[in-house]
Amino acid sequence: MKELSLNILDVAENSVKAGADLTEIIIDETAQELTLTIRDNGCGMSDEVERAVTNPFYTTRTTRKVGLGVPLLKLAAEQCGGSLTIESKTSLESPTKHGTTLVATFNKEHIDFTPLGDVVSTIQTLIQGHPEIDFLFVHSIGTERVTLDTREMREVLGDLPLNSYEVILWVREALLEQYAQIGKS
Amino acid sequence: MKSLAELKAIKDRMKDKVVLREGTGNVRVVVGMATCGIAAGARPVLNAFVEAVNKEGLTDKVTVTQTGCVGLCQLEPLVEIYEAGKEKVTYIKMTAEKAQTVVEKHLKGGNIVTEFTVAEAK
Repeated sequence: MKELSLNILDVAENSVKAGADLTEIIIDETAQELTLTIRDNGCGMSDEVERAVTNPFYTTRTTRKVGLGVPLLKLAAEQCGGSLTIESKTSLESPTKHGTTLVATFNKEHIDFTPLGDVVSTIQTLIQGHPEIDFLFVHSIGTERVTLDTREMREVLGDLPLNSYEVILWVREALLEQYAQIGKS
Repeated sequence: MKSLAELKAIKDRMKDKVVLREGTGNVRVVVGMATCGIAAGARPVLNAFVEAVNKEGLTDKVTVTQTGCVGLCQLEPLVEIYEAGKEKVTYIKMTAEKAQTVVEKHLKGGNIVTEFTVAEAK
């Protein structure tokens, strides 16, 4: 993966498959460090599966026997001196607070740090592909932040699908505008 | 920031269009978006399809969706086009530029771009 934003798109897809109705994508950046949190309220994983997901020879798909999504993100984190941890609760373990939280940290100053890349396209693509579920995106850079909450959008849009082209364009513009403001204030 | 009021305006503008749209589309463009597809560059391909289909005014007819791994990871980015009553067409090693061509020639013009298909492309 050439950009972390592509790993985010890939791994957030797991949350969608876990039946989450809310997936949070939180990026916290300081000058030296980037912390990525992907949290969902999906079905969660048993301890056994939780241990297995970082193994490339574990996968949920049926077309082949390798699953590289989480291992690739783990590699991206570890190759720059960061780490990746996953915590998960199934609905059996916790009927009200089930789901999975993935936290990956990256050392931005390391030569092998993968740049974040086009995170706006990632959010746009997630909403385009899964208009029925909610995403919360928060990207903090120092004291400033870029946010998008599809629950707020849904309240305004009512039954108009979130993947209507005009809405997807609005998402793109809204995020780009916020990024353009950063550093100006 | 781009305001939610602007979003409201979009909703009001779209109200009549949405009713028309439902159930009329009989062409499905499916972009492979598993790890293999994403790593090979499926994200710009998908967004190019979404944009071109809208710009060419094909939204009543064409729906663009995402799917997982089709099992041909080495040929990603992979795009399948399903049309009622016709055989499925599989385009391989797609790019945003090729997506534009497929929208113009295949979806709009009705001619399969054979040089991008799984049978022809090398």
